[in-house]
Amino acid sequence: MTAPPPAGIAHDRLKWLLAAMGLVIAPHALQLPLWLIISVIACGGLRYLLSLRGDALPGRLTRLLAVITATGAIYVTYGTILGLDAGVALLSLMAGFKFLELRNARDALVILLLGYFLVATAFLFDQSLLSAAHAAAATWALTTLLITTQGASDASPVGAHARLAGTMLTQAIPIMVLLFALFPRIQGPLWGMPEDAYAAMTGLSDEMTPGAISNLSQSTDPAFRVEFTDGPPPRGQRYWRGPVLAAYDGQTWTQERTTGRNATEVRALSEPSRYVVTLEPHNQPWLLTLDVATSVDHTAEFDRAHQLRKSTPLRERIRYEARSALHYQLGRSLGDGERRRHLALPDDAHPQARELARRWRDEAGGDRDVVEQGLRHFASEPFSYTLQPPLLDDDSVDQFLFETRAGFCEHYASAFSVLMRAADIPARVVTGYLGGRMNPAGDYMIVRQSDAHAWVEVWLEGEGWVRVDPTAQVAPERVEHGLAEALPDGDPAPGGVTGGDGLVGSLSLRWDAMNAYWNRWVLAYGPTLQDNLMQRLSLGSWQRVVIALTATMALLLGALAALLLYRSRPRPPDPATRAWRTFRHRAARAGLRAPASEGPHTFARRAAAQWPDQAEVITTITTHYLRIRYGRHQTAADMTALRRAVRRFRPSRMSGDAPRAAAEPGAAGSHAG
Amino acid sequence: MTAITTPAGVLQRWIDRRSPLTRAAELRYRTIFILPTGACLVFAAMVVAIWLGAVNYSNNMAFLLCFLLVGFALVAIVHTFRNLHGVNVTARPPAAVFAGQLARFTVDVTNPAPRTRIGITVWQPDLPGRCVDIPPEETATVTITVATRGRGVAALPPLVAESRFPAGLYRAWSRIRLDAQCVVYPAPEHGAVPPPDADRSGHRDATTEPGDDDFTGLRRYRPADPLKRIHWRSLAQEQELQTKQFSGGGNRASVWLDYQSLNGLGTEARLSRLCRWILDAEREHRAYGLVLPGVRIAPGVGAAHRLRCLEALARFPEVA
Repeated sequence: MTAPPPAGIAHDRLKWLLAAMGLVIAPHALQLPLWLIISVIACGGLRYLLSLRGDALPGRLTRLLAVITATGAIYVTYGTILGLDAGVALLSLMAGFKFLELRNARDALVILLLGYFLVATAFLFDQSLLSAAHAAAATWALTTLLITTQGASDASPVGAHARLAGTMLTQAIPIMVLLFALFPRIQGPLWGMPEDAYAAMTGLSDEMTPGAISNLSQSTDPAFRVEFTDGPPPRGQRYWRGPVLAAYDGQTWTQERTTGRNATEVRALSEPSRYVVTLEPHNQPWLLTLDVATSVDHTAEFDRAHQLRKSTPLRERIRYEARSALHYQLGRSLGDGERRRHLALPDDAHPQARELARRWRDEAGGDRDVVEQGLRHFASEPFSYTLQPPLLDDDSVDQFLFETRAGFCEHYASAFSVLMRAADIPARVVTGYLGGRMNPAGDYMIVRQSDAHAWVEVWLEGEGWVRVDPTAQVAPERVEHGLAEALPDGDPAPGGVTGGDGLVGSLSLRWDAMNAYWNRWVLAYGPTLQDNLMQRLSLGSWQRVVIALTATMALLLGALAALLLYRSRPRPPDPATRAWRTFRHRAARAGLRAPASEGPHTFARRAAAQWPDQAEVITTITTHYLRIRYGRHQTAADMTALRRAVRRFRPSRMSGDAPRAAAEPGAAGSHAG
Repeated sequence: MTAITTPAGVLQRWIDRRSPLTRAAELRYRTIFILPTGACLVFAAMVVAIWLGAVNYSNNMAFLLCFLLVGFALVAIVHTFRNLHGVNVTARPPAAVFAGQLARFTVDVTNPAPRTRIGITVWQPDLPGRCVDIPPEETATVTITVATRGRGVAALPPLVAESRFPAGLYRAWSRIRLDAQCVVYPAPEHGAVPPPDADRSGHRDATTEPGDDDFTGLRRYRPADPLKRIHWRSLAQEQELQTKQFSGGGNRASVWLDYQSLNGLGTEARLSRLCRWILDAEREHRAYGLVLPGVRIAPGVGAAHRLRCLEALARFPEVA
């Protein structure tokens, strides 16, 4: 058995198809080159005109040439046809060209499936709530057109399809939630990731050359959000520890290659506080914690420099709980090798800085005095804080310390570490974030990329690694109030950093709160959280998961089927009809057959003739029934009287007629009256 | 018919058992089958592609979209089923036709539910069908035409009611075997035919007026001329075989159309001749009676009589 032949695409359906695909491709237009957008629009427009005039579609050769040319153009533009951007471009273009050969329902299906795929690719660029809303609208539109072009007859209106598509997608949501939570997640990537996949992710770098953090500060993207169990720490204590940079080549601070597996001992001197971090993916292995964390519930390890690292780069949003003590001792002793590495300076670098440090060392009594002398130096000399420091092209540290004296945290951290090392005190640069604002709309703290910071840790015998922030000496407001306060007037702060006050600021915080919930409950869900959930639901083995999934889905579908079929059953007869049927049924049992076509009057006359003793009751029944069914004035009393009369109707059995033969009221009754 | 031993035959028998021959078929859950279409497979491939992308890029939104589409595809099964569920299909008794004409069955497709059924096709497999939308509590009619070859009874072939609404991802279908039959009269014989023998058909009875059958002459013998009418004398004179011809007030008198009188013809040819005679007699408003082996219909004229006679021809048992 074959299907009825696929019908052509009517003009008004084509219009809607074009509109839906326009909606799908719209967000991609931001990334696509102009020529491509124009080509796609031209294809759609041309198809529309051809349909309007009833002209033939372009021939095979024309289409083939167009596809080859376009693919070539994409290759020229992107240098490949395989990457993410190029792939999206190619898909968009194919959808446009497919319109030119859109003849029947099958072609429409190809376009719609390309559309669904394009909706999915949009998520690789943006996963915000806004893009979720757009995707929902686009999916709805595509599904409507799927119904219009694939299942429905040509006569049924598109508006009804839109309603049905909405209903069906809504009904699909429970299954979506179920699969989302329980369908086994595999840790990606499955194949070689295109190079540009994570280019959009921002975050701290694993090396620091003055200038890098200046770029970062321009971004107000959230780096992570934190919920505190015991309230947020005081402003000056909001140091979020990230990568530790201990290797120095005279220009650039990098992470040590061999940090050693055995973690540094941490002794909490105060009660650790609990908090939960929702960390944005940054394509690097480390996790951020409040200063020095004592424990974390995530599969990550502290290394020798007390960085919290995962084994793989972070490519999904994650949530983890950690505890940190605000007073602590980090490290008990420093091995010789370690000490040497943390004192290393290139031989010929920074002669002026070394000279200064040697002077401090000679004057001071102990290591702590040298550190304080160094901090005093930054406080007393005319150093200034700016995000737009002059270029340092010569010996960057000497030039900064003795000539320009203007810079931001990187410059100060770098220079201070050099000074300490020159003064024979082990020192290293710690990068991370400083600050974070509580969102009153969501009761959590947002830490943004613009809060990125760098500070110094020095080794003091008996105290361990001690945090020193030279930037605080120059711009104490940076520590206490954030970046915007620390910048001198006229120095442009990155947009949004100042936000938080006024209507716009409060709206944007509310928006962020919604996004935070979205991130927390939807986007942060991954293999790790799924494992936790499975454990909690005691779905340890995959067999159990499969059984649970199948059973629940079958249950959901069964419930839906029951609901839908129940709702679409034939309308039950009204009480009057039911009473009338009972009357006929009794008459039939007593032997008076009634053909389905017989009207109430005729039947009543025959019945009255058959049972003269019941004539009065029969008249009452008929009168009330007809008044209820067809009368202009009807009251509840009619119904009561009808019911009572039917109950009183007791026909004697007709002679010579077997009651069984006459008892077929079911079929006849459905047409009664 | 399909061989019983082949898998297809077994399946067919199983399906037939589930859809017994009835006057009115209500499509219920036991008789509705549902299978994915080609579009569903392509749709599934697209969903898998989105899933692979979601895994590769650890993209939760893509997961959500993927699972939403899976949910949609599952929900669509229920909706496709529901579109067909509860529909009633009945066939009206069709008008009789002559063999070789098309038998037209009018099939009523009724939607008893309070919502519109969309895109329902009731059709004979492998023949073009018409897609109908049926508003709540209304009936759509579909005409099924069946070519007839021989006389007898043409049964309405098994029909299929199907729908792909809403998503086109599934085809819900139900095999419907309706008990509807179209009487097929024999095809009337074409061309010039000898008139029915009115006098010596052997069933002369009192109502037949005598003297109608005046001898009018001879004509050449044609096969199937009754033996009684052969002009034996001409044969003896070594002339061509001749048949005697009679005329008489046939318009007023009734005529007996006798199967037995048509010697030398096959069964079907005799029935064709009788059919033609019936039609001719009706046209001339001449009373006629019909005699078939085992059947005797007293002379008469008019639509009801004609119907009775023609039906007797149609239902005449087939002679091997």
